[in-house]
Amino acid sequence: MTAFLMTRLSSTLIGILGVLCLVFLLIHLIPGDPVEVMLGESALQADKEALRHSLGLNLPLHQQWWDYMRSLLRLDLGHSLFSGRPILDLLVERIPATLYLSLVSLTIAITLALPLGLLAATHKHQPWDLGAMGFALLGMSIPNFWLGPILILVGSLWLGWFPVSGQEGWNAVLLPALTLGTAMAAILARMVRSSLLETLGEDFLRTAQAKGLSPTRILLVHALPNSLLPILTLLGLQLGGLLGGAVITETVFAWPGLGLLMIEAIQQRDYPVVQAAVLCISLTYILVNLLTDVVYAWLDPRIQFKRP
Amino acid sequence: MTMRLWFPASIVILWGGLALVSPLLPLNPHAIDLANILTPPGATTWLGYDDLGRSIADRLATGAQTSFIVALAVVFLGVTLGGLLGATSGYLSGWVDHIFVRIVDILLAFPGLLLAIALAAALGPGIENVIVALSLTGWVGYARLARAQVLSLKQADHVVAARAIGTSTWRILTRHLLPLLTAPLIVEASFGIAGAIIAEAGLSFLGLGVQPPEASWGSMIRDGTRYMLVAPHLVIIPGMTLMLVVLAANLLGDWLRDWLDIKDQVGKR
Repeated sequence: MTAFLMTRLSSTLIGILGVLCLVFLLIHLIPGDPVEVMLGESALQADKEALRHSLGLNLPLHQQWWDYMRSLLRLDLGHSLFSGRPILDLLVERIPATLYLSLVSLTIAITLALPLGLLAATHKHQPWDLGAMGFALLGMSIPNFWLGPILILVGSLWLGWFPVSGQEGWNAVLLPALTLGTAMAAILARMVRSSLLETLGEDFLRTAQAKGLSPTRILLVHALPNSLLPILTLLGLQLGGLLGGAVITETVFAWPGLGLLMIEAIQQRDYPVVQAAVLCISLTYILVNLLTDVVYAWLDPRIQFKRP
Repeated sequence: MTMRLWFPASIVILWGGLALVSPLLPLNPHAIDLANILTPPGATTWLGYDDLGRSIADRLATGAQTSFIVALAVVFLGVTLGGLLGATSGYLSGWVDHIFVRIVDILLAFPGLLLAIALAAALGPGIENVIVALSLTGWVGYARLARAQVLSLKQADHVVAARAIGTSTWRILTRHLLPLLTAPLIVEASFGIAGAIIAEAGLSFLGLGVQPPEASWGSMIRDGTRYMLVAPHLVIIPGMTLMLVVLAANLLGDWLRDWLDIKDQVGKR
């Protein structure tokens, strides 16, 4: 286990370093003078120089990189160009909303996907299967930025059950969570089905059948736990994506999470905040994936020896 | 069974055909008809008009062109660059492959559209930058596929034989390996088209894609959400179109995968 952890950890560290470099370079991808883009063409020369100095853009690139890394180690992300507040505070403020939305969405996704996948796998090529897989395909093909408005239209405007946007009321989370949850459930249900179908062909299930166990018991106690591993990996990936703030869904519902913070910063050309948000989101994603792998290896010790 | 092919194929052909002929049609996606602001669809109004009194049908057609150009460019660049890079890396192995895998891992460390959004935000709006942002993030999938395939094909008899008679690496790659990769890459590409259409619309929805007054299905949905109460058709029509095309591309990919798979199995017997 230690050897597996070490290799996994070292590749994660290299990944994080690469992400840091990419995020650092982001500001240099801006065509022309980034300071001019941030302040606008009509800004005073003195203001431009002041910003250039405070962002360190006048220094040579390697010096800038070094300074960037050092300030990150001190958790100093700089200040927002727009509000002047420390960027770390902005991020910390937004995390609870994103966390809350992620957990509700994940719950919805699992409650939808598990029964659908189970039904589809046990009724292979029958109407149940076709129906469940049709739903899955539909869920994969409906973009969040359309499902969201449609849910608002139906749930808030026609039925009047939910607030249109924002965080007011206990049920405000339901529409954005449904938007995210159904999209995730679609992919998850396909995974549950295929993973379960693979397990159902195994010898130990035939044995269970021969022993005369009830089909429900075979399915839920013998087959399902053994097909959970690939499902878990996918769940980890999805949770990682959610925790990073579902950018589009948060924008649709004006949900004040990390994703919306990033979009607002992009609209205000507040690039230091954009950089910090991208960094925060991708680091969360990497760490959740690392955690998933560790859990996976703990649940299935065979995996530790498969890796090169 | 033919339904599985004809339904998605006709939608994709309709989409591509509309995109190709729309420059020739007498479309007026920017023409403003003040009398018709927010008019719902009807017998005389086609698909209705938007908040500025522009024809939704005309904007839908030019939006089809936008999504078609982006999807085709992104998938083409992804398949050729990603396929070539992935295949080369898998064939050469060693330190080249090691570095390649690291780069791929780093690009995969950004969830979903995040990197494309960040790139599009830095590069600025416009259809070219959308293509750049989506290609820079989209080639990874094809590269991984090509690499995995080459790793398993590298020891195939015909490749070993070619190497034994001194064929150059480039020739082995282009003549003996890449032709075998086309089938899986085409399947991946058809799913990639669906992904690129959604991604383009998503970037345009966020205001990072095609700029007004140019039409994109994503920006039509975004503009429409402001008038959802009075004119829901502004959101429903472009969204329905988008969903149908994406669904069709996904179905076509599914069909293609099964079809190529069956042929493969028959060949093996």
